[in-house]
Amino acid sequence: MSRPRLELHRLRKSFGAVDVLTDISLTVLPGEFVSILGPSGAGKSTILQMLIGATDPDMGTMLLNGAPLVPKRDRFAFMPQRDALMPWRRIIDNTTLGLEVAGLSREAARAEVAPLFAEFGLAGFEQHYPAQLSGGMRQRAALLRTVVQQRPMLLLDEPFGALDALTRTQMQRWLAKMWSRHHWTVLLITHDVREAVLLSDRIHVLSSRPAHVVHQFRVPRDHPRQGVGSPALAAIEAEILQTLLHPEN
Amino acid sequence: MLNASALSRLFARIFNHAGPAVASVSALVLGWEAYVQLSGISPTALPAPSRVLAQGFENREALAGHTLATLQATLFGFASSLSAAFMFSTLIDFFRPLRRALFPVFIITQTLPLVAIAPLIVLWFGFGLTPKIVLVALVTFFPMLVALAQGYESTDRDLSELLASMGASRWRIFIMARLPSARPYFFAGLCISITYAVVGAIFAEYAGAARGLGIYILNAKNNFRPDLVLAAVFVSSTLTLLLFGATVLIQRASMPWLRLSEPTR
Repeated sequence: MSRPRLELHRLRKSFGAVDVLTDISLTVLPGEFVSILGPSGAGKSTILQMLIGATDPDMGTMLLNGAPLVPKRDRFAFMPQRDALMPWRRIIDNTTLGLEVAGLSREAARAEVAPLFAEFGLAGFEQHYPAQLSGGMRQRAALLRTVVQQRPMLLLDEPFGALDALTRTQMQRWLAKMWSRHHWTVLLITHDVREAVLLSDRIHVLSSRPAHVVHQFRVPRDHPRQGVGSPALAAIEAEILQTLLHPEN
Repeated sequence: MLNASALSRLFARIFNHAGPAVASVSALVLGWEAYVQLSGISPTALPAPSRVLAQGFENREALAGHTLATLQATLFGFASSLSAAFMFSTLIDFFRPLRRALFPVFIITQTLPLVAIAPLIVLWFGFGLTPKIVLVALVTFFPMLVALAQGYESTDRDLSELLASMGASRWRIFIMARLPSARPYFFAGLCISITYAVVGAIFAEYAGAARGLGIYILNAKNNFRPDLVLAAVFVSSTLTLLLFGATVLIQRASMPWLRLSEPTR
């Protein structure tokens, strides 16, 4: 078995008197899609905050490729909850953001991103402003902005939470298809059980605050994920829901 | 080719938009004219609009010269206050404790009655351009500072976090996210303070000046010429409206995405 891309060991975090995370341990293998699933307000996003260096854990260790993680040096490709597109930049210039920050000229960054627009279903919308795009397209643009950064890992923080139900389902299937093509290493934060089951190889279910990993589920990836009609997936989904609703049993 | 029906539709739109305002202003002016004609009131007490217009036209060269002086004071003063507001708002954004140190001082400058402060500033800086610039800056600085400071604060937190995760420095985040986020606030502040600016310049001139609409108004009043006072008032209002209009045009041109509506998918 290959060395884990990311290892989190016994992370603990409190804000003032509020214990947010008590005991978070998980691993992500290269090319693996791992989800953290938990109720709203459980502190799921705090885990990502610690990975991108926006806040530090009180205790515990974080390893990237086996070496201690240095938040300001080791960078992940992070996608925040809402699309966080800049309304004043055209779509092409939103997707080049990470490359520009990394030091590329705007022209070079554009040249790198432009060929990917078709695959992300954004061809022809390069010169549009975000306000002209639908919610699904905005999320695809945000994901394009995330993956072009060529980081060792993608961190997705409830990427489809703000979309309507139908668009969300479409986006989940689209992401499943994209992942099966690119095999990105992904850590996904979500509170949507179906989303987690559809997309993940492994799912860590968190308790409500103070959060710890209650249970880990493995989703067999031996068939193309279509999300509906698979009894195996439906069974896992039911089991996870049961765990979320009755964490004590 | 712009055909006739498109042109007439354009005029119809402009009329629908501006019609009510034109009607109410015209009614006011006509009522005023009628009152003066019918009551036989002395023109040194209340001149008719027709007389204001005629006398204003007769003195157009003098008026134009003074207007130019006022415009100059307004623009120079406004430019200084804008630079100062940018500088201080940026400083405050980077060093938060400065906010608590500086804001009280800035607020106090806003509480000073102009009637008292304008003659003092003329006393200190003379009759030239400097006291006008100082007074215009004093009047417009605070609204611009508050607009910018609030604008920076309005930055989407996700956006700052995203840029930080990409490795952007604090200065880079300021340039790429906070400054552009402040743009709508900046223009809202600009629309308000550009109207203050003209009034501020005229006030400074009124307190003592060689040239400018303020001193023109003072002299006309002392010569018992309310028609010329009103002509100058008319010119200064027009000047303010033009500056306001220019601001709105720049605003619209610089934020094209605000006029774009939802998807054409």
